[in-house]
Amino acid sequence: MEVTITINGTPVTSDVEPRTLLVHFVRENAGLRGTHWGCDTSNCGTCVLWVDGSPVKSCTMLAAQADGHEVTTVEGLEQGGVLDPIQQGFIECHGLQCGFCTPGMMMTGRWLLDNNPNPSEVEIRDCISGQICRCTGYKNIVASIQWAAEHPLTSEVTA
Amino acid sequence: MQTPAPVEYARATSVGDAIALLEKHGDEARLLAGGHSLLPMMKLRLARPEILIDLNDLDELRGIRIEGDEIVVGAMVTHAEILDSPVLAEHYSIFREAEKVIADPIVRNKGTIGGSMCQADPSEDLSAVGSALKGSVIIQGSGGKRSLALREFHEGPYETKVGDAEILTEVRFPIRPGAGSAYEKVERRVGDWPVASAGAFVVVAGGVVKDCGIGLTAVGAEHFCAPDAEAFLIGKAPTEENLSAAAKLAADACTPYADQRGPVDYKLHLAHELTLRVLRRAVASSQGA
Ligand SMILES: Cc1cc2nc3c(=O)[nH]c(=O)nc-3n(C[C@H](O)[C@H](O)[C@H](O)COP(=O)(O)OP(=O)(O)OC[C@H]3O[C@@H](n4cnc5c(N)ncnc54)[C@H](O)[C@@H]3O)c2cc1C
Ligand code: FES
Ligand code: FES
Repeated sequence: MEVTITINGTPVTSDVEPRTLLVHFVRENAGLRGTHWGCDTSNCGTCVLWVDGSPVKSCTMLAAQADGHEVTTVEGLEQGGVLDPIQQGFIECHGLQCGFCTPGMMMTGRWLLDNNPNPSEVEIRDCISGQICRCTGYKNIVASIQWAAEHPLTSEVTA
Repeated sequence: MQTPAPVEYARATSVGDAIALLEKHGDEARLLAGGHSLLPMMKLRLARPEILIDLNDLDELRGIRIEGDEIVVGAMVTHAEILDSPVLAEHYSIFREAEKVIADPIVRNKGTIGGSMCQADPSEDLSAVGSALKGSVIIQGSGGKRSLALREFHEGPYETKVGDAEILTEVRFPIRPGAGSAYEKVERRVGDWPVASAGAFVVVAGGVVKDCGIGLTAVGAEHFCAPDAEAFLIGKAPTEENLSAAAKLAADACTPYADQRGPVDYKLHLAHELTLRVLRRAVASSQGA
């Protein structure tokens, strides 16, 4: 079936089998390998991306379900050559080691801050509780999200 | 790599359209709600439908509203929406307490109440909530709608009274002024299915229990409820002794399996202890109300 998904603002059309998972559409058909794919069982969270602005585990959604919808991936965070504060935070606070969990952590972290600009440590840990990191012990991931909360992008649009 | 077997896909444009598609394809068709139980089952070949009928465009199945003395929750309302609902929180804290410990925030964005009820997993948390509150469901087919008590809805593990060409459209909960409610779950790690969970509502008036409901999941309680424990409490003072005796009756109604989440005696202990804790808190909040 023909599926068109707008990914990071660009429509991508592909002829896929209905059983194609969204994570594979994004990686193989759209060629965006930033979104990782790990457990396949909706447990690790490395495949988290946004569909219509809300994070989902893309290994547990069909590409067909996203037909006609907007997807945002980790590649969509950076704007005009400027890293999103969540990305900068992971650099500043050493929020990754192997980097496998990182795209999912960033997409969830950005979403949290969009809805709750000053989360407590407990709220951050709760929000990433469906995602697994085997390297950092989570401490630096939490610090990275806190860094991003403390350094929001200052809007250039002023009245 | 786990991927579902080949399958066709159709998006329903209305409840009527979904029912027509179900009638056309018979038992080879499956409804797709949040997909967070069905797609994993398809990956494991535990489910092999030939066509998926996607309900996600059906706004008529969304929304939480009050109708008379009932709260009506559309089948496609997600766990996240239940967690955040001021209407549900105002009447029953059991919803927030349960939803906070169902899966994780990302899964909660997709999983729905209709999918949870129809999946009928013996460890489904919302089944215990629905049974505790003595809710009901609306089931629709081409012949019209029927209402069914949640305590009669589950036929057994993974089996419900929803027919091949029917859809669950709503879950309804009676509003009970002055009710207190609570939910408690023990899980091996954050976001996991329960080792055991219990939920309850209690209405205390004039120093005695006027009404109550007890729901349990993952411990083999028939229809996720404990009617003997409820009958024992009604009309009695909510003393620690009476609550404890009721919790004991609730545990007696359970027939858990030993599995990787724990042995039978541990699960029975949890059924007793968690029931006692939710009864205590539901009583306190009803007396405070
Ligand atoms: C990692 C993970 C952890 C989880 N942890 C928990 C937990 O701790 N506690 C818990 O309770 N649950 C847990 N769940 C399950 C979660 O709540 C699921 O979302 C839920 O069981 C199914 O809802 P769904 O909307 O995804 O249903 P789907 O997977 O879309 O559907 C499930 C079944 O119901 C049928 N169905 C769906 N909607 C309807 C309808 N309206 N009418 C008739 N039939 C319908 C489908 O055909 C299918 O057979 C977890 C899931 C995951 C992936
Ligand atoms: S690959 Fe999707 S949750 Fe692990
Ligand atoms: S940085 Fe290696 S899994 Fe998180």
